[in-house]
Amino acid sequence: MAQWRFEVSNRKGFVDARGRAVLEDIRELGISSVEGVYTARVYLIEAEMDRAFAERVARELLTDMVCQEYRIGRSDIPAGPMPATLIEVHLKSGVTDPVAESVVAALADMGVAGAHVRTARKYILVGRITDEQTETIARRILANDCIEEVITGTDSEPPSSHTRPYQLSVTQIPILGLNDDALKQLSKDRDLFLTLTEMRTIQQHYQSLGRQPTDIEMETLAQTWSEHCVHKTLKSSVDMDFDGKPIHFDNLLKETVFKATQDLNKDWCISVFADNAGVIEFDEDTAVCFKVETHNHPSALDPYGGAATGIGGVIRDPMGTGMGARPIANTDVFCFAPPDTKLKDVPKGVLHPRRIMKGVVSGVRDYGNRMGIPTVNGAIYFDDRYIANPLVFCGNVGLLPRDKCFKRPQSGHLILVVGGRTGRDGIHGATFSSGEMTHEHEDIFSHAVQIGNAITEKKMLDTLLVARNRGLYEAITDCGAGGLSSAVGEMGETLGAVVDLETVPLKYAGLNYTEIWISEAQERMVIAVKPENLDEIRRLFAGEDVEATVIGRFTDDKMLTLRYQGVQVGRLDMEFLHEGLARYARKAVWKSRSPGEPDLPFQDDYTQELLEILGSYNVASKEWVIRQYDHEVQGGSVIKPLTGAANDGPSDAAVLRPRLTSAKGIALSCGMNPMYGDIDPYWMAMAGIDEAIRNLVCVGARPDRIALLDNYCWGDCSRPETLGALVRASQACLDGAMGFETPFISGKDSLNNEFVCEDGTRIAIPYTLLISGIGMVDDVNRCVSMDVKRPGNLLFMIGLTRNELGGSHYYNSKGHLGGNVPQVNPAVAKETACRIHQAILKGLVAACHDCSEGGLAVALAEMAFAGGFGVEADLRGLPTSDDCVRTDQQLFSESNSRYIVEVSPSNYDAFARLMLNLPFGQVGEVMKEPRLTIKNRHQKIVIDAELQRLKTAWQAPLWLG
Amino acid sequence: MENVQAIVLRAAGVNCDVETQYALELAGARAERIHINRLIEDPAPLDRCQILVFPGGFSYGDDVAAGKILANQVIYHLAETIRRCIDDGKLVLGICNGFQVLVKAGILPGLAQMGFSFENQPVSITDNDSGKYEDRWVYLQPGTDRCVFLDADRRIYLPVAHGEGKLVTRDASILERLRSEGHVAFRYVDAQGDVGDFPINPNGSVDSIAGLTDATGRVLGLMPHPERFVHSTQHPHWTRLEEPQSDGMMIFDNAVRYVRENM
Repeated sequence: MAQWRFEVSNRKGFVDARGRAVLEDIRELGISSVEGVYTARVYLIEAEMDRAFAERVARELLTDMVCQEYRIGRSDIPAGPMPATLIEVHLKSGVTDPVAESVVAALADMGVAGAHVRTARKYILVGRITDEQTETIARRILANDCIEEVITGTDSEPPSSHTRPYQLSVTQIPILGLNDDALKQLSKDRDLFLTLTEMRTIQQHYQSLGRQPTDIEMETLAQTWSEHCVHKTLKSSVDMDFDGKPIHFDNLLKETVFKATQDLNKDWCISVFADNAGVIEFDEDTAVCFKVETHNHPSALDPYGGAATGIGGVIRDPMGTGMGARPIANTDVFCFAPPDTKLKDVPKGVLHPRRIMKGVVSGVRDYGNRMGIPTVNGAIYFDDRYIANPLVFCGNVGLLPRDKCFKRPQSGHLILVVGGRTGRDGIHGATFSSGEMTHEHEDIFSHAVQIGNAITEKKMLDTLLVARNRGLYEAITDCGAGGLSSAVGEMGETLGAVVDLETVPLKYAGLNYTEIWISEAQERMVIAVKPENLDEIRRLFAGEDVEATVIGRFTDDKMLTLRYQGVQVGRLDMEFLHEGLARYARKAVWKSRSPGEPDLPFQDDYTQELLEILGSYNVASKEWVIRQYDHEVQGGSVIKPLTGAANDGPSDAAVLRPRLTSAKGIALSCGMNPMYGDIDPYWMAMAGIDEAIRNLVCVGARPDRIALLDNYCWGDCSRPETLGALVRASQACLDGAMGFETPFISGKDSLNNEFVCEDGTRIAIPYTLLISGIGMVDDVNRCVSMDVKRPGNLLFMIGLTRNELGGSHYYNSKGHLGGNVPQVNPAVAKETACRIHQAILKGLVAACHDCSEGGLAVALAEMAFAGGFGVEADLRGLPTSDDCVRTDQQLFSESNSRYIVEVSPSNYDAFARLMLNLPFGQVGEVMKEPRLTIKNRHQKIVIDAELQRLKTAWQAPLWLG
Repeated sequence: MENVQAIVLRAAGVNCDVETQYALELAGARAERIHINRLIEDPAPLDRCQILVFPGGFSYGDDVAAGKILANQVIYHLAETIRRCIDDGKLVLGICNGFQVLVKAGILPGLAQMGFSFENQPVSITDNDSGKYEDRWVYLQPGTDRCVFLDADRRIYLPVAHGEGKLVTRDASILERLRSEGHVAFRYVDAQGDVGDFPINPNGSVDSIAGLTDATGRVLGLMPHPERFVHSTQHPHWTRLEEPQSDGMMIFDNAVRYVRENM
């Protein structure tokens, strides 16, 4: 068969968006000599066709003749005064190429069957660059070494060789008789990330069996026992020295976060901390589930791919919850170093934060948008200490029928893998993400990065929902960390399973049985199917071009039996696998600190301070990110992330109506403030809880139907100080959840977020606890937004402003931390939330905004410029504690549990009656003139600025092009 | 005709099918979501429906180009059936990715005497000038009075959400024909009805064109999403307004009314 090469590029006058983006990335790598980048798509087609037909294929299928041009054959290096470098990026042989598959199908439609197609990208770099720079650009920007191959110059295409098939050879790992050093070395050599105690436990187990383990058994244990999968730190027993007083926990998680949920025992909690996501009641026949995951390590190495598979992975959690939920919303929270970090401050082996941020945002965008799931809530937090360990939290909410909240796998059910095929991508992801990172990680662990394809996941979702509704399967779970080993291992935990690994569909030949078993290739789910339903389920999936393959069955022998072509390659006792892990005893220490307050001068005017805080990265508008996400698909959007007269104000929480025929809604929010953790992680956690709840209440959610999720990202907890901080945060989770009566329904932790630089310096992230909130809205028509609505309306502050500038943005803008971290009185906070909610239900509230980062001054500015009307504020009406006397404290203190509410004068009496006995006072009035003025208690104007000036300061910083 | 039947076409990567079905049902039609594989096996359902909708999404992952692969399937498997639907006086609507499909299959702009085919595709839809995907609300001014889906004098407000929405023509004469022969269904404008640069025109489309209709006025394709504004609470600042009218319903209501009155 003849091979035809087609090159397709944009015509002159049409933007080469990809070329433009690559050029920008090259500049960000610090290479300034490249002047232009031009790209082309390359198609290599082997098929029975003549020149005339090839021309037709080029014109009708491959090229958009209005804006593109094509060339059959290879184009030359463009002539011109500047030298140019050609780089072609091909997929490695055997890697799935969805574009090629689409072209094969389209060619068949055109009458050419059996074509063989490969695609590549061609880049022309204009400018003088060294070979080394070419190599850097290719490796860091253009290609992912795990799946792609780079060709420079005008070399011929890579051979389309087919990977050699795998020849079975069972590998035993000699572990019996090894001493401690040898055990440690073995764990390290095989990237198992198992501790000495764990290696000894395994050794003892096999001693009692009288044989050596096979490689697949060791890998299964390493996956199942990884920090990522079992959270051994949070479940360990802890002896803590708390300011010299001993405290003991038998199981930290059970005695803090879990305990609150257990003690609260809410009847609307359906399934908590048990399944892939926490499930609560939505309405009479529907439940809602919510899960937030992190994908930090992969996003550090490959921001685009890491974030895309982060969102792709968390979407499969609700899909694998109960009998499968329909995903209805995504959330995303990121932590980065500031995008303007100087190149010289970026450690070796680390990508520049601007590049990480752009890659992560594009990854979430492309995957989430393609899935047709609105991304509705999130936050971005900046701190220098995230430079080597960016944090990427991805969340997903799903809806499922009340009678499909539980699985029922039984012995005799067939095990099917559905969706994508298995490849070498993502091997060791679970173990890799459980360790710390070093400057060499980029090279060693490129194989741990998974590769996502949203359309494969979308097709799988569409068919699974039909299968669920027809009752065609009995259990479902996702293939996440640990791949099939975790999915089958968990589903068959109380049963037992036999798996024939050669039956798993592969992306390419050559995988050995262990690789098949632990691969974290994306877009796969495992279902349990009754034999009598097999034919129907196969027909259903085939009808929409989704693969569904029987790979084994569940048994009743409580053993996990792994076979390859009939040969047993592993056999593990389910009980040892799931219960054999030794419990840990850890030490923790916490010493209370009182860093003291900085001595700041009194000022006559704070306008400059307000502008600076509005323009700080943490407070500044995230519109550049938000607009790249489809936040309206599925048609349920009620309160969008951006709101106000010009659709650009910052909403407190998102509200959506997941059932289009019902007025009932779901509100989503988050709360996080790592700066407080530098003073005391207890109050950091409490503030996160208060903020998540406040945000939900602001938009109209019921305070008595709020559930929370916890996501800890921490450093190395083998250090007692680091673990002590985690214990403090966990204690707050218990106290906060109990106080607000808001149970935690799901959680996850990512530890060891540390980086060892080449010179041995260690960078640990700040203690970071993300609290995500989900609340119920009885009638979305009653929802409230944060923008001021009408001149003449009155503005009230509900909640006490205290002398609590510790960890504030005001102090931070002046280079201080302080010690007076904002505290929370949950009883008062809860009562405040309930009264605000009643006022919203009675229709008394025109706007409601939570007072958080930047305090009262920032909140008023945001309400004003979002609504397009001015505000005249007066601090005489502000309810304060006795020690909160300074103007800067009153303006910028970040005291929790505070709401600013806009009320029309006609509703004043009713509103005031509702707020009786709460700290409450009028702080201002909405004005026609677009200007914010704030008078202090002595009637001096201390802030005065046109709204446009404030808005510009807030909008300008985060536009990354 | 009382019982108006609509088909919402599904394919791998299509993702606005459910809310599009809901919008059609709100307008009084009976709407069914059908996978293209089923229609290729048996196109009979197309003969039974009066409205065919290509909804938004990322059909086949935008492989090769947005809408291209689905357009290819339409051309090689359903062209005759769809042509018959149009000739029989039925309605075809393409939203966002569906609009891209209609354009790339040559069904739009459906210039008189040009028929639809791949050859000499007169217009295309390509990358936004901004180079990225964006979700934002836009005002739309009808540009013709002979498209059955729209009220010629009613300016509407709808969201766009796309990365490839810039409409371009092969040459100036095509653009002139689109204008003079009444193919411009909608233009991006500001609240006052005036055209302008980004963000008023969110993607850089020539002549601010947001949607096209064919020579019959019974085929409409547009980048904005009418199915995302069928309830007042979908308006991006409904909390500032007294019950804003759900502008997206105009398109679905008109379609259903047309079928009831004319078929």
